[in-house]
Amino acid sequence: MTAKTGARVVRITDSTLRDGSHAMSHRLSVEQVFDIVKALDQSGVQVIEVSHGDGLGGSSFNFGFSEVEEITLIRSAVKATSNARVACLLIPGIGTVDDLRRAHDAGAAVVRIATHCTEADISKQHFGVANALGLETVGFLMLSHRLDPEGLAKQARIMADAGAQCVYVVDSAGALTLEEVRDRVAALAAELGQGVQVGFHGHQNLGLGVANSVVAYEAGALQVDGCLIGLGAGAGNSPTEVLVAVFDRIGVQTGIDLDAILAAAEEVVRPMVSRDPFMDRGAIVQGYFGVYSSFLLHAERASIRYGVPLHRILESVGQKGYVGGQEDMIIDVAVSLSRPLHA
Amino acid sequence: MAKVAAAIVGSGNIGTDLLFKLQRSDLIEVRWMVGVDPLSDGLRLARSQGVETMAGGAAQLLASDPLPRIVFEATSAEVHRGNAPLYAAAGIRAVDLTPAAVGPFAVPTVTVDLVRASPNVNMTSCGGQATIPMVAAVSSVCKVGYAEIVSSIASKSAGPGTRANIDEFTRTTARALEVVGGAERGKAIIILNPVEPPMLMRATVFCAIPPDADLGAISDAVTDMSRRIQEFVPGYRLHAEPQFDGAEERWLGSGRVTILIEVEGSGDYLPRYAGNLDIMTSAAARVGELIALELSSEVAA
Repeated sequence: MTAKTGARVVRITDSTLRDGSHAMSHRLSVEQVFDIVKALDQSGVQVIEVSHGDGLGGSSFNFGFSEVEEITLIRSAVKATSNARVACLLIPGIGTVDDLRRAHDAGAAVVRIATHCTEADISKQHFGVANALGLETVGFLMLSHRLDPEGLAKQARIMADAGAQCVYVVDSAGALTLEEVRDRVAALAAELGQGVQVGFHGHQNLGLGVANSVVAYEAGALQVDGCLIGLGAGAGNSPTEVLVAVFDRIGVQTGIDLDAILAAAEEVVRPMVSRDPFMDRGAIVQGYFGVYSSFLLHAERASIRYGVPLHRILESVGQKGYVGGQEDMIIDVAVSLSRPLHA
Repeated sequence: MAKVAAAIVGSGNIGTDLLFKLQRSDLIEVRWMVGVDPLSDGLRLARSQGVETMAGGAAQLLASDPLPRIVFEATSAEVHRGNAPLYAAAGIRAVDLTPAAVGPFAVPTVTVDLVRASPNVNMTSCGGQATIPMVAAVSSVCKVGYAEIVSSIASKSAGPGTRANIDEFTRTTARALEVVGGAERGKAIIILNPVEPPMLMRATVFCAIPPDADLGAISDAVTDMSRRIQEFVPGYRLHAEPQFDGAEERWLGSGRVTILIEVEGSGDYLPRYAGNLDIMTSAAARVGELIALELSSEVAA
């Protein structure tokens, strides 16, 4: 549609209440969710993601327990919207189609189904159920830096064939540089053609989230993720309000009102947050070594618990190639590093 | 004592690895290996070891005379659901390695009596075999209000069945943590990791424990359980001593024990990294031996 008219349009999905859940240690309240969703909705954001940071069913010892059950949060979000649709995240192996049905019953209209970038085929049953429920579907290829563009495009094809209406290049570690984003998005766009969109989800670990999002758009992405004040795992995500400002400057429509989104970030979210996400040593090491962003706070806890430097834990986790979901291995690594060398 | 005659139905990776393990048994003799493809690697290997092979599925096996007394089913949940009533009608004991869960869960260190008494038992899941005994060990010392396991396996060791229905793993394992492990509530997470060279299977058990639990007794029970599993899975080991965290408000006032497990396969038919498959076939062989002992004692009586 946009291609024919020549209009330059990108859809921003806000994930403050999903990726940002990591930064809040999954302690979001019903009132916080309601207020943030209301502000996003009034700014013109069309899709608002609400889930535990590790997706439906993520509340656990391994990832951290939710303060409030996420289905309750999704209901609160739906109540706060007048135009926007509420999305949820599902990571097969963590959540199940039962969780998806509950989220749908609570009013979620979009599901984003995420796998490690090489394991797209474990999402087929979940796309099948999502399509049967009439949900809008998005595929999420996490840690996309671990696969070359051609390999990533093949995995995107698996999700598209399973029923994804859009497939994202997800830079979970904030590790991708500009060219790497361009090549991956272009490869997916070429593979998926007109029928299925491409999206990009960026993190700020190397400071490139917003720039990468612009590059992704120029390479063919029609959906981009952001979080208010960048609230998200690692050094945080591309800030939604910065994305809106930048896309406006380069003549790309987001349908989001800049004043309203700046107010949402500054007046609604910032007062709720005890620590702004920023590019500290741990986060930069994550980006550099390609470590899953949400490992950061778990690694900080393990660093204190076992008296081991944070960056040593993150380096080791990166070198061993652990993927999203293996938060338990952070404890394992910290225990190993805490042992005297010649014990 | 004469060995008990058994058949393996399913000549894929799991069935073939199980054959290698049962060939070492003093209690079981695999007389038949049953598949659907006469040219399969599994049937070829079985033939080379002098085992009678059939490519006509369970139907062909059930027409043979004499019949096996134990069948190990390593096909698919769907196929086993069809075969289970036929085995039962023929008086054949079934050890089910598929996720069908027709019979009760069998975990060789925990459910010995149930295994002896049931005509059909189910081997739960690979992650379940590695973790349920540990939850049972903690449960033997104190109340476990909640048990959670994370099972990480090498991408290459996850077959098409697992990939097509990963929810089946999380559901079945969570239920077995409750029914067999003794937790009031169970949760299971499975992660596939594609790193090269492939990672050994890892599993982590988290149990919520009362703030005043006897930590020394829990450590002893966990260590003892790992030794009992090592008797039939030599590559099973604790990667570290159990880790204890004190009671926390965010855990509803519970404390926590974390048990870090690594499972290296014995490299019989499958690569060593596939500890998840090795623990499954090793546990099934052990369950088969428990049944064989029971059948032999029936004959003696």
